[in-house]
Amino acid sequence: MSGSSNIVAMKKIVQQLRFEANINRVKVSQAAADLQQFCIQNALQDPLLTGVSSSTNPFRTQKVCSFL
Amino acid sequence: MGEMEQMKKEAEALKTQIEAARKAVHDTDMASAASGVAPAPRVQLKTRRNLKGHLAKIYAMHWSTDNRLMVSASQDGKLLIWDSHSGNKVNAVPLKSSWVMTCAYAPSGNLVASGGLDNMCTVYNLKTPVIKTVKELDAHTGYLSCARFLSDTEVLTASGDTTCALWDLETGKQKTVFLNHVGDCMCLSLSPDMNSFVSGACDSLAKLWDIRDGQCKQTFLGHTSDINAISFYPGGNAIITGSDDCTCKMYDLRADQELITYQDAALNSGVTSLALSMSGRLIFAGYDDFNCNIWDSLKGEKVGVLSGHDNRVSCTGVPPDGMCVCTGSWDSFLKIWN
Repeated sequence: MSGSSNIVAMKKIVQQLRFEANINRVKVSQAAADLQQFCIQNALQDPLLTGVSSSTNPFRTQKVCSFL
Repeated sequence: MGEMEQMKKEAEALKTQIEAARKAVHDTDMASAASGVAPAPRVQLKTRRNLKGHLAKIYAMHWSTDNRLMVSASQDGKLLIWDSHSGNKVNAVPLKSSWVMTCAYAPSGNLVASGGLDNMCTVYNLKTPVIKTVKELDAHTGYLSCARFLSDTEVLTASGDTTCALWDLETGKQKTVFLNHVGDCMCLSLSPDMNSFVSGACDSLAKLWDIRDGQCKQTFLGHTSDINAISFYPGGNAIITGSDDCTCKMYDLRADQELITYQDAALNSGVTSLALSMSGRLIFAGYDDFNCNIWDSLKGEKVGVLSGHDNRVSCTGVPPDGMCVCTGSWDSFLKIWN
């Protein structure tokens, strides 16, 4: 690989790192609190958390039908 | 100092700066922050459907937005479309190449896609009287590990050639190529607002991308091996990853760092797949040890396990309405649990 393409590749790496270094970061305490709030607010609508009653469960165990 | 030397120095300095910026906002950890949250209930799910039909290992599955139909892909060379409520097979799509690694259902329900070692993403129309191949998206120089439809006209792919790409289905050409990973891309997940996506790769990094301008916006470190599975958290502010290093991790996008690692000393199999319950509270992670472990995403504790497969769990999926979880396995069966 030629020296100049190494330099081009390295320039891109530095450019990308500069971009990533400049973002705003939110405090973990705030981020964690927001995630928790989201989960808790949506918990009652989460069928896998609350359980599904057999009357409303589209996947309830099927009764076997046989042709007579 | 030569230009190369100077740039290497600057790169190291920037990495140190990023590390420091992440530390500066790390005023607590997730486990302490979640100490006040009530534990998730012990989750005991039953197998409601055992879908038999594939003749070889299942590699992928994807739910339709109608919460009822799903597509699965197997190296028996077929895509099967299932009606999960009745357990019946609605359609079978024979594949030109049996080495399939991914499948996807379009949000409209009109199209499905598959791809694998043929390096292509093939799109099929399910609504024509006979299922037809609509397009073969051929430009990747490595295997297709994951595909997802944004609409009936746009598809996102992840490839072993280390790139991801956004394709125009009308022209069959790549609109945007996402370049930055240095290892095979293994998985991708679209953000809820569809403006960005995250990818996981064999370079053990997860990256956040802007779909429209192709820019890599953030890079998440922490895993020590290939990232095989990735998913956006329902709110869109966090992502969950699963890796060959036997752990899953949660990264917060706004804090730009890892918040929690889901691991257990007794678990020494790689994570192959993952799916989240509707609120994000539960993570269903498929492992090489034939099980699917259920994690409390906030507290980092294991709260259940789905056992029943006789081989590696290769794929998992929760439909949009959150009513169940589907697991697919190398044992050739799909199971639906709730």
